[in-house]
Amino acid sequence: MSKEKILAALRHNQPEISALPVNLAFERDESINLVEKFRVIAEGIGSKVYVVAGLEEVAALIAADFPEAKRVLSTVAEVVSSAIPAFELHEDPHTYADVDIAIFKPRLAVAENSALWITEDRMGVRALPFITQHIIMLVDKNTLVPDMHAAYEKIGDTDYGFSTFIAGPSKTADIEQSLVLGAHGPRSMTIFMH
Amino acid sequence: MKVGLFIPCYVDQFYPNAGIATYQLLRKLGVDVTYPAGQTCCGQPMANSGFEHLTGDCNRLFLDNFSGFDYIVSPSGSCVLHIKDHLHVENAEAEATVVRTKVYELVEFLVDILKVKDLKAKFPHKVGLHQSCHGQRGLYLTQMTELVAPYFSKPGQLLSQVEGLELISLSREDECCGFGGTFCVVEEAVSVKMGKDRVKDHLTHGAEYIIGADMSCLMHMEGILKRENSTVKVMHIAEILNAE
Amino acid sequence: MSETIKTHPELAEIFNKDEERVDWHDETLWWIRQKRDKSAHSIPEWEQLRETASQIKNNVLSDLANYLLAFEKNAKANGIIVHWAANAEEHNQQVHSILKVHGIQQMVKSKSMLTEECHLNEYLEKHGMDVIDSDLGERIVQLAKEPPSHIVLPCIHKKKEEIGDLFHIHLGSPAGTSDPQVLTETARQHLRETFLTRKAALTGVNFAIAATGEFVVCTNEGNADMGAHLADVHIASMGIEKIIPDRKHLGVFLRLLTRSATGQPITTYSSHFKKPRKGQEMHIIIVDNGRTIQMGREDFRASLKCIRCGACMNTCPVYRRSGGHSYHNAISGPIGAILAPNLDMKKYADLPFASTLCGSCSNVCPVKIDIHQQLYKWRQVIVKEGYADTSKKLGMQLMTFTLSSPTVYRTAGKAGRWVLKHIPFAVNNQFNPWYKHRDMPEAPAESFGEWYKKNVTDK
Repeated sequence: MSKEKILAALRHNQPEISALPVNLAFERDESINLVEKFRVIAEGIGSKVYVVAGLEEVAALIAADFPEAKRVLSTVAEVVSSAIPAFELHEDPHTYADVDIAIFKPRLAVAENSALWITEDRMGVRALPFITQHIIMLVDKNTLVPDMHAAYEKIGDTDYGFSTFIAGPSKTADIEQSLVLGAHGPRSMTIFMH
Repeated sequence: MKVGLFIPCYVDQFYPNAGIATYQLLRKLGVDVTYPAGQTCCGQPMANSGFEHLTGDCNRLFLDNFSGFDYIVSPSGSCVLHIKDHLHVENAEAEATVVRTKVYELVEFLVDILKVKDLKAKFPHKVGLHQSCHGQRGLYLTQMTELVAPYFSKPGQLLSQVEGLELISLSREDECCGFGGTFCVVEEAVSVKMGKDRVKDHLTHGAEYIIGADMSCLMHMEGILKRENSTVKVMHIAEILNAE
Repeated sequence: MSETIKTHPELAEIFNKDEERVDWHDETLWWIRQKRDKSAHSIPEWEQLRETASQIKNNVLSDLANYLLAFEKNAKANGIIVHWAANAEEHNQQVHSILKVHGIQQMVKSKSMLTEECHLNEYLEKHGMDVIDSDLGERIVQLAKEPPSHIVLPCIHKKKEEIGDLFHIHLGSPAGTSDPQVLTETARQHLRETFLTRKAALTGVNFAIAATGEFVVCTNEGNADMGAHLADVHIASMGIEKIIPDRKHLGVFLRLLTRSATGQPITTYSSHFKKPRKGQEMHIIIVDNGRTIQMGREDFRASLKCIRCGACMNTCPVYRRSGGHSYHNAISGPIGAILAPNLDMKKYADLPFASTLCGSCSNVCPVKIDIHQQLYKWRQVIVKEGYADTSKKLGMQLMTFTLSSPTVYRTAGKAGRWVLKHIPFAVNNQFNPWYKHRDMPEAPAESFGEWYKKNVTDK
């Protein structure tokens, strides 16, 4: 059996135990404005950021930014309206192939890299944040953390089937290092920070 | 303080002026310096080619020539690094270990040991400084651009004391020139291209002289300069620091 | 007739025939190195992060057997099917048999250097399976029937006009297209169709968490997720060294990975796969393929710490001027040159010599692998094992003989500067590679030793 073979070879060849670093706390500049930091980084990697007073402003801005959108759906109840229907679950993820805009509410927002942590229970289906042409994230300022260490502290041992950090629209620079937004996933990301 | 002068083989044979300038400079600074006549080579050309196991006799010879000194100083970062990292002698490992800690490249000896603050040197020219990799990344003569750490430059510190010298800035301040010992012939195409690119960076920024603490890199760049019929010259940093 | 593999110097020489292209390649990668610098310098604790990452990886290597067992146990509890493969062949067979069980003929694959190392595509194609690479760069080299030339930027060696031609031939885009925006859109449409129709998706693994049995896949394009979330079967291939102990360690690695790779603060997607979705089958194949042997090589063990960011390639002055294909191995550049000899010392004997030992690679490495020291050490091993060519050996022995004896050295020196004759860069004729593009140093009237003897009276 290969498993036994691999494990035996490892036990034979591994070096003496080397200790795991206990301290993962790095010095942080506590004075920085997390909203501002987040916004600068997010815009730097191609996201559009609106800092809004409340979610009631969202619908009008979406309508203005995406006049062409046909199929829009929201996994967030607060913004559901006649123009923005609620997400409905279909077992087959392929049925979401024609979604133009999908709206989500991530659990955490990381200031240092503008990554948004979203667990499966907030995705509708796993494919949705990727298959949609445009993605919209409703970010509560209170979910902002300064960096990835802080993010994983918050995440802790939470259980999920699937979860992801998303930072910006999908992108590629594989052709001569020219940055192109909209590789296979969303062509744009709009963040409403409230 | 008794100092043994270690002149690498190719400096001895091709670039005696770099050796002479090193010797004169050290004397000028009041150092009791001697050149042990029995020395040949540190063994680096063999070791870097994978033949470290053949360097035993070179190592023993090095030890015989230099173990009696307080410091060993050499105008070559590369050879010094080799001694520091790889000098081992059978049945005399304790002695070899001491030698490994006593060997200094000229610039670091001037800055760290002699703490030279006021050189009486004059060189009214535009000069490009080549950071030889072994001196920089091996001996930490200058902070490396890859690291997130405070800047310093030991050769820069010395050159700032030279009257009239204008140090030019480069687009790539610490890229390798492509000499690399036997790399220069084994990987001829890449070696030459690296050398051409390095030379071009200096020329574009108006260097009259390309200088450095390692003659081997300079020899490689000199070969390219000459082939391109350039009037720009290479010079060992010792010759600049010794210039009046 | 057996096909002889060209060596790095030979391939590099061919690459250097087009100097303008070399300049373009060098500048492109240098630009990425500069983005990496800018990004790293924005993190004051950068060096501390590297040190921490290095220590975590050291711990992982020292206890890997237990970590793998813990990972397997937890992954199984999560509903993931775990396989172990001793080598490339077994890995490929396992993928094949999973596909066969499901009657699947077509698979979409996101970037996995491990599957490149195992030559999975060739294997599956031989068995009548159709594999489509979904990473844009990977898809481009796949259409060109070439291996990737860089682990992060697979088609960095290709110009946009050449990509336009490929897309014209294979994807039916209009001739003469070279706008990256248009080309990317073409690939998007073509691959979207692929994602929607494939029943099986294979992804690589960037990190596998022992404590939770989950694995993390990082992409910018979203192709791993598009493949995995739409397919009925998800296969993830991972080398045994991809383990990290806990989730919190991801904080360290995800901060370093992309900043080192491209200068981005993080990849667009860092997806954590813990359980298959309802109705889906999720497999993990844990692959050795020589890694346990490397683990036993004390001097080279640290190469297993690699997180495949590609920073060593971008900074390497040799890689930038010789191109990834000159390394004739799935993983090119400095890291490839210390990994490859472990797999086949004879075939890759040239790679550790394809370096000036400048050390820049070790400085950019986010997990602090002593890459250039290992290159030096591989040289010693390769020579001792008898893979250095004989002429070099003779020359070295002669050189050693001369340099070991002051008398022979002086006599040789006098006789027309011995070094001029025997140090390899010193023979002034057309057979001397030094002289091809460089002039010789001028032989001075006297050596330093002679000057010293004449001018200095020792006290």
